Amino acid sequence: MLQQYAGIGVFFLVAAIFPIIAIGAAWLVRPKKPSRVKLDTYECGLETQGPTWVQFKVGYFLYALVFLIFDIETVFLYPWAVQFQVLPLFAFVEMFIFIGILAVGLWYAWKEGALEWK
Amino acid sequence: MENLFVNLEASLNRFLTATLPGSLPNLAMALASVVVILLFVLTNVVWLVYMERKVAAYMQDRLGPNRVGPRGLLQTVADVLKLLGKEDIVPVAADKWVFKIAAVTVLIPTIMLFAVIPFGNNLISIDLNIGVFYFVAISSTATISFLMAGWASNNKYSLLGGMRVVAQMIAYEIPLVFSLLGVVMLAGSLKMSDIVAAQKDVWFIVLQPVAFLIYFIAGTAELNRGPFDLPEAEQELIAGPFTEYSGFRYAMFFLAEYGNMVAISALAVTLFLGGPSGPWLPSWMWFVIKVYVMIFLFMWLKWTLPRIRLDHMMQFNWKFLLPLSLANILLTGIAIKLF
Repeated sequence: MLQQYAGIGVFFLVAAIFPIIAIGAAWLVRPKKPSRVKLDTYECGLETQGPTWVQFKVGYFLYALVFLIFDIETVFLYPWAVQFQVLPLFAFVEMFIFIGILAVGLWYAWKEGALEWK
Repeated sequence: MENLFVNLEASLNRFLTATLPGSLPNLAMALASVVVILLFVLTNVVWLVYMERKVAAYMQDRLGPNRVGPRGLLQTVADVLKLLGKEDIVPVAADKWVFKIAAVTVLIPTIMLFAVIPFGNNLISIDLNIGVFYFVAISSTATISFLMAGWASNNKYSLLGGMRVVAQMIAYEIPLVFSLLGVVMLAGSLKMSDIVAAQKDVWFIVLQPVAFLIYFIAGTAELNRGPFDLPEAEQELIAGPFTEYSGFRYAMFFLAEYGNMVAISALAVTLFLGGPSGPWLPSWMWFVIKVYVMIFLFMWLKWTLPRIRLDHMMQFNWKFLLPLSLANILLTGIAIKLF
């Protein structure tokens, strides 16, 4: 068990080291002639106007909140799905109610217009 | 032929156990498999870039790359060499460290996804008992690199693209995860080898056709491929979050994109198309054939449909795909209890 996760750790290390080596190898051969104009922010040849890091559209945040609720639901649903065929009928009905409550939540978000893109 | 790679793995394992002490052989085996997987991903990406251009060309009634090498086969090699010789530009306005780290982290989930993929019979690097869950968890972290790239570039196109990537990927992750639940309920396990074994008689695409469709659509959106390529919409956003990247840093994003396509296709093969099993040919060959059928479907979709609008994309997910995937879980549950 622990051995397997050590293997996953090896995967992580190699996956992190490979791009560093690749970019490092490119650093050895690529030309290095920076100039002020080259390092400007790209905007189709025009100079960029105003700051980029501004307060962003709140619509994205609303979607993220709805996402969070359903993502937590998946954490509950996976163990249930694995044991589904072993569990008694009662567990099935219980999950029905659980999903039902979430469906009501989705319906509420829908009604309140959180799912509309404005 | 069937046991070619299994035998190679076994003999390497025997050699390592004989030479290395303690639990080192296990780590060395993981190292060997990740190197093989890295090579597998790189070869596939080189081939897929060429294939994508050829498929697109034939669908648009033209020839595509045909100058470098026989039938243009060396085109991607030439492209990689060109990228190698490109200057690496980090804009002065950018958040330098986040900008640089994003190009490295983007590849980590891609490689890690392949740890639990069965490439053939008895050919899984690490057969975790939570395989499907591991895949879902790792693939969802890919979003962070895109947001890092979009934010750190300090470029308006990049930021818009980055925000769109996050909105799209987190939205479509939910139907994707729910569609896998139907398969998990039927197999009664999250272990990839158990799921493949459960499909010995009948593939899960037959029992879960709706789940497969949901997985395919949501997978296309997760990969940011057409018709869901809004984050990189060339005509409006140049290249989305990658606008400011150049040279090999850009290549890393490209690599991750195609690598993820292979991974998503491989998961579809494992969960819905019976995994690496089939008659006559060796199992690992069947795996590659099935993965390429899935990849061709993705390409076919991309070059057939126009890009959809942002609000349509959001509404389609939240108001159609999500309720449908929930209904699919309940119907699967009822069907299992009845039969």
